[in-house]
Amino acid sequence: MIEPALADLKRLLEEGFSRSRLSGDTTAALEMYSTPRRLVAYCASLPARQPDSAEMVQGPPKRVAFDGDGKPTAAALSFASKMDTKVEKLQTVSTPKGEYLAFKKKERGKPAVEILRELIPQAVQGISFPRSMYWESKAGPYFVRPIRSLLALFGGRVIPCSIGEVRAGNWTFGHRRLGKPRVRVTDFANYREALAKNFVLLDAGERRARILDNIEALLASDNGFRIKQNLELLNTLVYLTEYPTPLMGSFDPGYLSLPQEVLITVMRGHQKYFSVEQPDGLLAPRFIAVMNLDGDSKGAIRHGNERVLRARFNDARFFWETDGKLRLEERLDLLRSVTFQSRLGSYYDKASRMAELTALLVSELPSDVAQTVSLPEVQKAAKLAKCDLTTELVKEFTELQGVIGGLYAEREGLPKEIATAIYDQYKPQSMDDPSPRTLQGALVSLADRMDTLVGCFGVGLAPSGSKDPFALRRAAQGVIRILLDHRLPLTIASLLRRTEEVYSSHQPEGHTDWDALNRLPEFLIDRLRYYARDVRGFAYDEVNAVLEAGAQRESVPVLLNTIAAVSRIRPTENFEPLAVAFKRIKNILQQARKTQAFEPEELDTDLFEPGPEAQLHQRYMDVSAEVARHKAAGNYVAALEAIASLRPDVDLFFDKILVMAPDAKVRQNRLSLLQKLLSEFSTIADFSEIVVSDKTEPRP
Amino acid sequence: MKPAKTLQELIARLTDYWAGRGCVIQLPYDVEMGAGTMSPETFLRVLGPQPYKVAYVQPSRRPADGRYGENPNRLYKHLQWQVILKPSPADIQEIYLKSLEKIGIDLRHHDLKFEEDNWEAPTLGAWGIGWQVMLDGLEVTQFTYFQQCGGHDLEPVSVELTYGLERLSSFLQDTDSVYDMLWNEDTTYGRVRLMEEQQFSVYSFELASIDKLWKLLQLHEQECQGLVDAYRILSHPAMKSRVPVLAAYDEVLKCSHLFNLLDARGAISVTERVAVIGRIRTLACGVAAAYLDQQAQQSEARSQKPEENPANAILATGL
Repeated sequence: MIEPALADLKRLLEEGFSRSRLSGDTTAALEMYSTPRRLVAYCASLPARQPDSAEMVQGPPKRVAFDGDGKPTAAALSFASKMDTKVEKLQTVSTPKGEYLAFKKKERGKPAVEILRELIPQAVQGISFPRSMYWESKAGPYFVRPIRSLLALFGGRVIPCSIGEVRAGNWTFGHRRLGKPRVRVTDFANYREALAKNFVLLDAGERRARILDNIEALLASDNGFRIKQNLELLNTLVYLTEYPTPLMGSFDPGYLSLPQEVLITVMRGHQKYFSVEQPDGLLAPRFIAVMNLDGDSKGAIRHGNERVLRARFNDARFFWETDGKLRLEERLDLLRSVTFQSRLGSYYDKASRMAELTALLVSELPSDVAQTVSLPEVQKAAKLAKCDLTTELVKEFTELQGVIGGLYAEREGLPKEIATAIYDQYKPQSMDDPSPRTLQGALVSLADRMDTLVGCFGVGLAPSGSKDPFALRRAAQGVIRILLDHRLPLTIASLLRRTEEVYSSHQPEGHTDWDALNRLPEFLIDRLRYYARDVRGFAYDEVNAVLEAGAQRESVPVLLNTIAAVSRIRPTENFEPLAVAFKRIKNILQQARKTQAFEPEELDTDLFEPGPEAQLHQRYMDVSAEVARHKAAGNYVAALEAIASLRPDVDLFFDKILVMAPDAKVRQNRLSLLQKLLSEFSTIADFSEIVVSDKTEPRP
Repeated sequence: MKPAKTLQELIARLTDYWAGRGCVIQLPYDVEMGAGTMSPETFLRVLGPQPYKVAYVQPSRRPADGRYGENPNRLYKHLQWQVILKPSPADIQEIYLKSLEKIGIDLRHHDLKFEEDNWEAPTLGAWGIGWQVMLDGLEVTQFTYFQQCGGHDLEPVSVELTYGLERLSSFLQDTDSVYDMLWNEDTTYGRVRLMEEQQFSVYSFELASIDKLWKLLQLHEQECQGLVDAYRILSHPAMKSRVPVLAAYDEVLKCSHLFNLLDARGAISVTERVAVIGRIRTLACGVAAAYLDQQAQQSEARSQKPEENPANAILATGL
């Protein structure tokens, strides 16, 4: 919240400086700082005033400005008075339309203070927040919280401006408890110093360092203990304090019998505490809280935090024990009253669909993979996956959904495979989060996401623009990641077909938004495109070449392998020239189709001219066989190398042979040969998508 | 200042402090409700232009939070100390912090943070911007600048301070269980309230009759809607001024409490939930509109006849 606001403020000030020509050619350098109670912009040098400006203003035509006697007319006089000058001072300029009166109007640059007094309130008001408020009246000002103080100095003097009822002054305030409520300020150096003396660390980096250094010092006394790193939490604390000081507290080791996941969530989520790990990675009965104070000499603050944590842990234990009274299986019925989406039914319905879908997905897998899965177990995991939504613990800690279900499954003595699959069902949550650990988990997670995607797209809830309230992009991204991480040889088309199959037997009303459903394949392909390009770093044209050729037909892992193969083979000598040749073939065929209604026919080998043409045909046959062999073995690099090896033959063909032969039969046969070449070798990658730079010399 | 030793003393000190700040010290409203915000002293008073300052204890019932008296911190019914300042003074945070010192919290030796926490009550069509106030990791107060109530933008902006009295008192007395803290010098909170917690938990989780609660909800809804409609239909100002909008608001409170009971009883599915919340919000917004209109009419009526009642004329020009 604070960081983006500060970035906004910086941008708005810089824009203001350049708009009012205060920054000249280079942007005036701004230093930005923030704490939970202040946003600070410091500009070390700014001109005292705008540069003067001069502008040529055109007046009436000369012929109407003076009468026959050469005396100025009313038109001339009025122009002069508008320019605040005399007629004698006006100039004449010639334009294509004739001669006109004109005046070089000079404008003295405004003092910087005058610009700043408007710019500062404007920039502050221009900061955008997710939710802002008014406190004086609906007319404004609007900000994230009421603005109570404004310090604005230029060259040591107060810039006379105000935001709402708050007028700029030359004073600030220290830390709420440790500092003075009112501190006079003359310049930035003095401001920094005054704040430091009054227990405000202005620099976020300094606060961060203070937190980390002090945590290290606290842990030094306990052998081998370390905090569980959490950058997000650290950042929250940096922007929640002006003078952060960590303290270490402890809790009764008896609570360690509760699952670590729950303990950590309580500490991090509710209390903003760091958890502490023992050398063996297990949780230590310790926590680290960060105060907005200089210390805890009496130990009262530690005592208070320990007391609160105890209450929180007691709550969690109460839920953990209460939830144990009903097994997951017994909760299935309760799921009927938990709505997934009003037109897609309850979570009970969703779980039933998921269970059915996992079976269909297993049937799509090659038999050697499918054999490693116990279908009844996967289906049971899918069926029970959502039951934890009815538990008190998940109602209390929604972020632990799935995890809690897995833990309860384990406690009930369900097979480990089931418990793990339930535990992992929401993985991966982000790019950094791993996929489910087991194949069973992967199948449950896939079924969940596909059910959501097809369901939501089908009832008109597809994301539009940047709005994606059901996080469908993330769901789709998860599908791609799981397929890749588990190397599941499934195509996007088969996933969609199977999911729709389940829906068609479950949902009496059926889907209504066919338009959106038709866009779903591309939506998923787009996530693969994103992954290949932005996460794996493949060039966009390599990705496009492969997806263009096989996105519908090939499985997702094969597509990514092929992209990698294209990327590997691209720097070799023959590849890009062949891509150019393929583009040429494509153009020739397109042209032929348009002008001569060309349709490919069976090749007549007798019509081939001995030499380059017959040779190309022979090579085409050989390479086809070779490519087929490599593809079958999954060796895409070798397949692509084989195709690239065609390059000299293709070049020679174009060199020596006239495609558009005068004889119609010969011409038809030649075009058909090219068509065969193109279709056969574009199945792995569409080479015409490869963007070849102007440099025609082959890369080394 | 020494820490307030009993719940009773805590309330006395807050009363003293806020009375000193010009607040009307109100008494708890006598209809069941889920939060001090729902009292007409907040919900209705923050509407319209008239300045107001009020503070009161409000017993707040949350049936789903009942724990049969077995959980040391969760209660079917807890006590809120509610303060409304309309308009909000500029130094309200400092004023608030002084109230903490007044009850015996030495802020030099305790860690206090204002953490972002915006508030929203969908059943009331109300929301605001503010903080949760954390004291040594314990949330002790909800601090909110109201922006909208009953679906109406508020002007002036009121500030609401809601102190959790049990939490504060447990903190001051350093007890782990709410039931062990002292109500007065020789009576514990448990002795005063435990039975209530047990019995109302049994009622709201096990015995409340779902059918009857639904019927009651419907009856109270009709009663409320009838009054709101009556106000809308009447056109003569004298007639309008007699419509008991305040009684209509009591019906909203009853609906809200019945909804909470049904919810605790597990009788409301997620979809129904949204629908029922919508129904209650419609009532609350209807009452708010009628209340505002009635207030505006009355102040207009007063300003039209200044000679008859000079005192009212001063009121109408806003003091």
